[in-house]
Amino acid sequence: MPDMFRIGNCAGFSGDRVDAPGPVVDTLIELGGPCAVFFEVLGERTVALAQLEKRRDPLRGYEPMLERLLEPILKRCAGHAIPIIGNFGAANPPGAARVIAQLALRLGMPELKIGVVHGDDVRERIDLASLPVYEADAALDTGDGEIVSANAYLSARPMVDALASGAQIVVTGRTGDPSLALAPLIHHFGWRFDDWARLAVGATAGHLLECGAQITGGYYYDPGFKDIPDPANIGFPIAEVGSDGSLVITKAARTGGVVNAQVVKEQLLYEIHDPSNYITPDVTLDFTQVSVREIATDRVEVLGVRGGPAPEKVKATVCFDGGWMGEGEISYAGPNCLARARAAAEVLLERLRMRKLEVKPRVDLIGVASVHDGDRGTKWRTYEGGSPDDVRVRLAVSARTQDDADQAAREVLALYCCGPAGGGGVRWRTTPRIRTQSYLMPPGDLAPGSRVFTAAELAR
Amino acid sequence: MSRSDDTLASVPLHCVAHARAGDKGNRLNISVMPYDNDAYPVIAEQLTEQRVFELFAHRGATRVKRYDLPLLPALNFVIEDVLEGGVNGSLNVDGHGKSNSFLLLGMRVQVPQRFVRFAP
Repeated sequence: MPDMFRIGNCAGFSGDRVDAPGPVVDTLIELGGPCAVFFEVLGERTVALAQLEKRRDPLRGYEPMLERLLEPILKRCAGHAIPIIGNFGAANPPGAARVIAQLALRLGMPELKIGVVHGDDVRERIDLASLPVYEADAALDTGDGEIVSANAYLSARPMVDALASGAQIVVTGRTGDPSLALAPLIHHFGWRFDDWARLAVGATAGHLLECGAQITGGYYYDPGFKDIPDPANIGFPIAEVGSDGSLVITKAARTGGVVNAQVVKEQLLYEIHDPSNYITPDVTLDFTQVSVREIATDRVEVLGVRGGPAPEKVKATVCFDGGWMGEGEISYAGPNCLARARAAAEVLLERLRMRKLEVKPRVDLIGVASVHDGDRGTKWRTYEGGSPDDVRVRLAVSARTQDDADQAAREVLALYCCGPAGGGGVRWRTTPRIRTQSYLMPPGDLAPGSRVFTAAELAR
Repeated sequence: MSRSDDTLASVPLHCVAHARAGDKGNRLNISVMPYDNDAYPVIAEQLTEQRVFELFAHRGATRVKRYDLPLLPALNFVIEDVLEGGVNGSLNVDGHGKSNSFLLLGMRVQVPQRFVRFAP
């Protein structure tokens, strides 16, 4: 029997179900054998929002649900030698580490070893004028906003170093998402950092697991078409990776959801462009020869993953201050509601022109045409179907100043008295916007690393 | 209907295949997988880059590239500049464009009746 390592995913984004980790850890303990768990909670702009939070309070800027996510599992993981890896450091890995240390002391674990990865924050090192722009972003308008954050996608290496130094939990900011799962595999199997074939299998396990329930039936569920059991209690995924390069996807025991060939295919191609050239910081993946096979209930084998050398450049995402968004919504229902909603939409656009507000507007008729429509409103303007029972008009604007965004959004509020008949349920708000642009940095411009502390040291 | 029914049916893609959308910047990808692996060639024939481009033209798409994965089997469409600024710049309620897998699944396709998994 080849050596086998299990890796469980406990969160797929910031905002994921906080009771997901328990069943994953229970299952890993029951099954026995070497294993680890990871949390992926850092979307492309989550780090910028965290940076804004850190500006307001230097102690914050990490995953806000951190304690809620870790408290149910921290002691059991440490007791069963299950390392925890997570990018819950966001904009402030040392801040997150301090919170974990305090939690550990509260749970009676002063000797818990906490690894902290540094080096992803490149605001002081990045020279935007000299760097090429990542191709998918080439046409994005970054405006002239101030830089809020700049973070490089670190490889698995600093996390592997922390695990080698005895870390029982590793806190990172920005890394490659698949690297979070790859690191404990490299540590366990002793894979070389240029063993592309094996790294590819590990990184694919990370890619498949990093969105949590997206591979166990959550985002897959389409009632009557793709049904799943117990959708309110979906189990989070577990990958079984063999030293021989085998890969099986399964999920936590006694949970809802499903792991079948269909859902694995959907997640394999999630956020993939050229499937022969999927770039991670550790290895370049080629999915063109991949096939999947259902080997038992909720067990799917993934075959044919190939790997090539890691990229020469490191991707870094820069977040800029992006002005403001204003939004307002109002509902119309019952007889002739479509005509009243359309009239409200036209009135709103006319009001913005009359007041000469410096905004870029968009209108949706929610219930008729919204998320599939374009900014020009082609679909709601040309809609020829019957009147639904209920339509919600939404105005959204982008603006440089909060005041312009607010004044535009308040035009929806004014429809209470000035608008067509029967409008109700107005909500309006303004939110600051972040714009992102990714660049390619030479690896020599980075200095990633990690340090390991005991909880007692950090909480001091 | 029988497994050998070759009568052509015109149905939404949703009756024949499933799909998932993902975003990166202003670029959207949508993967499409037939429920019946044998339907892959006919789905590939129907879902041309041009047809998908036309479906997303109202959102400012500038280019569609299709990647074929016959072993899975699946098609992967990469649609450029379709998110009107991406998750950070878009005014769309769904700035990620996640719901667009179901815009594609609404496209009508003509397939042999035996590949129609669900009645429209």
